[in-house]
Amino acid sequence: MLEYLMPEYKVIRDKDRCIECGACARQCSNEVHKIEEDGSLSADEVKCVNCQRCVCLCPTRAISIQKYENNFRENANWTDQSMKEIFKQAATGGILLSAMGNPQPYPIYWDKMLLNASQVTNPSIDPLREPMETRTILGRKPDSVEFDENGRITTEIPPGVTIDVPIMFSAMSFGSISLNAQKSLAMAAKELNTFYNTGEGGMHQDLFPYADHSIVQVASGRFGVHKEYLERGQIIEIKIGQGAKPGIGGHLPGEKVNSEVSKTRMIPEGSDAISPAPHHDIYSIEDLRQLIYSLKEATGYKKPVAVKIAAVHNSAAIASGIVRAGADIVVMDGYRGGSGATPTRIRDNVGIPIELALAAVDQRLRDEGIRNQISLVIAGSIRNSADIVKAIALGADAVYVASAALIAMGCHMCRTCNTGKCNWGIATQRDDLVKRLNPEIMSKRVVNLIHAWDHEIQEMLGGMGINSIDSLRGNRLMLRGIGLSEKELEILGIKHAGE
Amino acid sequence: MKRVYAVEKLCLNCKLCEVYCKTAHSKSKNVIKAYKYETPVPESRIFVEGDNTASLAFSCRHCEHPACVEACITGAMVKDPETGIVTNVKERCIGCMTCLLVCPYGAIRPGHIAYKCDLCQGETTPACVANCPNHALVYIEGGSEK
Repeated sequence: MLEYLMPEYKVIRDKDRCIECGACARQCSNEVHKIEEDGSLSADEVKCVNCQRCVCLCPTRAISIQKYENNFRENANWTDQSMKEIFKQAATGGILLSAMGNPQPYPIYWDKMLLNASQVTNPSIDPLREPMETRTILGRKPDSVEFDENGRITTEIPPGVTIDVPIMFSAMSFGSISLNAQKSLAMAAKELNTFYNTGEGGMHQDLFPYADHSIVQVASGRFGVHKEYLERGQIIEIKIGQGAKPGIGGHLPGEKVNSEVSKTRMIPEGSDAISPAPHHDIYSIEDLRQLIYSLKEATGYKKPVAVKIAAVHNSAAIASGIVRAGADIVVMDGYRGGSGATPTRIRDNVGIPIELALAAVDQRLRDEGIRNQISLVIAGSIRNSADIVKAIALGADAVYVASAALIAMGCHMCRTCNTGKCNWGIATQRDDLVKRLNPEIMSKRVVNLIHAWDHEIQEMLGGMGINSIDSLRGNRLMLRGIGLSEKELEILGIKHAGE
Repeated sequence: MKRVYAVEKLCLNCKLCEVYCKTAHSKSKNVIKAYKYETPVPESRIFVEGDNTASLAFSCRHCEHPACVEACITGAMVKDPETGIVTNVKERCIGCMTCLLVCPYGAIRPGHIAYKCDLCQGETTPACVANCPNHALVYIEGGSEK
């Protein structure tokens, strides 16, 4: 059949610089580069996904990947993208799959909010000279606190966890990412005194040493869940939805279920791991309450239970129900949040921006007087420390990051995780690719990133005259909107710049 | 003494160690010039064997009692009593390759003369180790036990 799809990228090889060492050919799992019999190199560009592995490894910087310049006749309605998608579906008859979060040009509200700073009337604080607190405690907080005559707290404090930075690593299962990638995050979480999340796929035994810094996930497929697993985690997270694919389950193809994945997930080797769209035992808030309390019962009421939902239209009401169902932490994931594989149409069209969902949920829980009963954690594309500061000012207790952590480990957002051929050793189970990710190096890079962000958070807090992240939480007066409509400002609960 | 040790489970088979070894032993110390314009073409002294599934970089072990030094018929192969580095003095080497035959590690490569690792002659970190993208080469004391 005649191929209508042209390559997306061109591989430009500067012959004056290329020394024909062949590193590009040996590193490309997509088999773009090839060493010819005469030792010269050629490229089959159709297969290129622009992951930049060859570019980074080339010792003479002889390679660059450029857009393949081939334009269809301009049309604001029938864009190149929409036509290419039709060509693809006409050729295969399948649904379109993609990876990572929603890439469409919807508004990014983080970029439409500005932070305050102290001038004259209240002094700003220099975090290099004065103590600055970014430690965060997650979990249910009591409605009131009582003391005895010696000033000791007599109120029973519900189980909580303390993290040194308001940043955790979100759920990415062993299967969707490699064990080395998980190990890097676990090592980083330990070093930073925060948490990584096992995702739905159980905990591999190599991660047991990091159990004190683990969040264990219970999702609709219940893979790898047993009593010891629950006991190993410090937080138990029930995953209802994921920002990149609200309303959709998961599917780990059988070819990624090797012996290690099979052992950890407790499923036969080579079998597809299908997580249903709903939990088949949860059809109401009351059902959710049963699962929350089953998990609490199983672990002796010692650990906070989190419930993760995708940010959707009625998030505020749903979150209120989750709090009343007995959860200690509500996690919300926005549509920019990543995924190893997701139907393109879902990714690009379902869900709402996390900023709006966060503001709406925080406000609703305050209005109902139950905000103290949970901690609010948000996920779904935190790109830098300013996003975190804005999220906390909007009402979040902490944030989850995943894409940013993967980028720190080498991910170049080529968004082809679903192929399982990740050249950076992240979203793959192929031994020859997994070993490219050395946890010793990568955990260090992730730690560096979070340290850098923590410093920046402290700088921004100091500038606002605040010396503790707790004083920023829900402090929306520190935010001003820019270029936003009345309605958007109303939902975000912030004033416009200049007001 | 400090030696270069290869970690098999981390080796990517990218062979950048070879590229940087060659460059470190070139006149220009520039990758492109070393490969494209220098004569004689500089030789690499570290060699990656295997494929993407399993690979390993081989280089001189700088043995305690080097067979190559004992076997060398011209006295070109010498072990520095202080640093322990085994070097082939190129002015004396006649390229008979006796050293190559006796080396138990296959760490010597033939050419006009015998080429072998000299630990970059006093550099704090040899070029192969400094440029390994995955830390699959380490330069440490007593690495064989680790």
